[in-house]
Amino acid sequence: MLATLGKRLVTVIPTLIGVVIVTFLLTRVLPGDPAVYFAGPAATPQSIADIRKSLGLDRPLPEQFARYVNDLAHGNLGNSLSTGRPVATEITSRLPASAELTLLGLTLSLVIALPLGILAAVKQGSWIDHTCRIVATAGVSLPVFFTGLLLVYVFYFQLGWSPAPIGRLDAFATAPPQITGFYLLDSLFTGNFETFRAAFSQLILPALTLGIFSLAPITRMTRASMLAVLASDFVRTARASGLDNRTVILTYAFRNAMLPVVTTLGMVFSFLLGANVLVEKVFAWPGIGSYAVEALLQSDFAPVQGFVLTMAVLYVALNLLIDMLYGVIDPRVRLEG
Amino acid sequence: MTETTLNASAATALKPARNSIFSHAKYVIAENPVTGLAFALFALIALAALIGPYIVPHDPLASDTAASLKPPTFAHWFGTDQLGRDIFSRVVVATRLDFIIALASVALVFVAGGFAGIAAGFFGGWTDRIVGRISDTIMAFPLFVLAMGIVAALGNTVTNIVIATAIINFPLYVRVARAEANVRRDAGFVQAARLSGNGDFRILLMHILPNIMPIMMVQISLTMGYAILNAAGLSFIGLGVKPPTPEWGIMVAEGAANIISGEWWIALFPGAALMIAVFCFNLLGDGLRDLVDPQRRT
Repeated sequence: MLATLGKRLVTVIPTLIGVVIVTFLLTRVLPGDPAVYFAGPAATPQSIADIRKSLGLDRPLPEQFARYVNDLAHGNLGNSLSTGRPVATEITSRLPASAELTLLGLTLSLVIALPLGILAAVKQGSWIDHTCRIVATAGVSLPVFFTGLLLVYVFYFQLGWSPAPIGRLDAFATAPPQITGFYLLDSLFTGNFETFRAAFSQLILPALTLGIFSLAPITRMTRASMLAVLASDFVRTARASGLDNRTVILTYAFRNAMLPVVTTLGMVFSFLLGANVLVEKVFAWPGIGSYAVEALLQSDFAPVQGFVLTMAVLYVALNLLIDMLYGVIDPRVRLEG
Repeated sequence: MTETTLNASAATALKPARNSIFSHAKYVIAENPVTGLAFALFALIALAALIGPYIVPHDPLASDTAASLKPPTFAHWFGTDQLGRDIFSRVVVATRLDFIIALASVALVFVAGGFAGIAAGFFGGWTDRIVGRISDTIMAFPLFVLAMGIVAALGNTVTNIVIATAIINFPLYVRVARAEANVRRDAGFVQAARLSGNGDFRILLMHILPNIMPIMMVQISLTMGYAILNAAGLSFIGLGVKPPTPEWGIMVAEGAANIISGEWWIALFPGAALMIAVFCFNLLGDGLRDLVDPQRRT
């Protein structure tokens, strides 16, 4: 297992190099002068020239790249223009908010999508199957920001069940002491159930929005992969040996059907991390997505660059995790490694 | 006299082939009536994009503060927004812009990604490695995030939204074109073409490209919906299209603030238009795939 991990880690290196090069190129080579971006809209030619010098933009490209990589190695993503704070600090402090939202969204989606997909495959042609098909087709067509707004309208304005979409906590609650940075976990660890309730009620709508968004691909893949596995010989053999339906479906079929589903998760994460930005905007969620959007609108480029890099590195790490999961589910993958 | 008989017999000989395409299309549509619906929706969207600006009841930019934030009435079918602009007119007029953004980006990626993919599949070797490395690097980013970064770097304009949307779709087109070209690389008709003295590029363009067109058309239809969603998402966060231009994403963003005070119609109608357009293209893609590639029918 360790050898597999090592080998897989080696294959990550070229990808990471590519990611770093692209984020570097985004600022340096494309049309437009980064010094002008960094100087902001009220810049004079003199201040632009100063910034060009202080950023090292008057140096040759390879040297600039070396500097950029060196900065990255020291965890330095530059400073934001509008707040003056280091981008790395800001992103680290906001990352837990985004991670909590995305993970809960994915969990909600898995909890609904897996049973729905399995049932649709087991009872092919039944109403569950049709529901599954509608979910899969409608789900991919829903713009995620639109779903979010609809949920806000129904659950906040019409029903009054959920609080106003104004971030992680309402004005009356205080944030729990930081342990993991996830409000739900932190408030549980400190036994503060009032805060847990407040944080949960703020979190549930945005998480549900993300969940609905990722429901379609997971359901579709679970159904298709279960159908393929249920038609295979070993399932027939298991049934012929007199195993009960439950064991056949959950122990034999499901574990094998999981492999393509786990592969799909890679794509789902790509969509989720992007959708996260939109959902954070709708719910005024103080995560890294809304940080990047604010910076984007002010042409404050360092935060955007840091954000794109962080997201890409996260995504590469998630894909690595998925590959590891693959090995856990399927012993054959482990042996090959 | 003999000529006409010849022509007539040629026509009768051709007829069954033509018929079988139509009957196959009819069969596919009959089996899945939703595809018929998708074609009807597509016609509606195309019509709105073509003649929408000339038939709308109100000027999409004309504000009327006396009639602001009115719910749907007979005069304003979809109500009015905070500046008193008619939402129905704005939704219809916006169709053209959204449609053009999606179409332009898909056309761009079709040419760039399609050609790179065919070349990679046909030549293999270094071409394949370089094209593969480029698409792998694009795929290493969450796609919407990369699009944000590209628009931020290139500048905040509609053209750059088109370019960003094309770039994030590039790997999809490369993958399909590469696989299809790779299969046909040593096919009989390619060898025959080479034997008759065609050069590599001529074979690529005149022999391989026409053969993979059907599959690429399916890919175009499937990614149109995604392109519309992506462009609308970018303009929702304030990139590209500037107010007061009517565009679905930005209209939903304008209505977002009013949702919590109960004015649902401002965001609902453009959002629904967006949803229907994407839904239509997804169904159309599935329908086209059923026609072109029966093996993958679900």
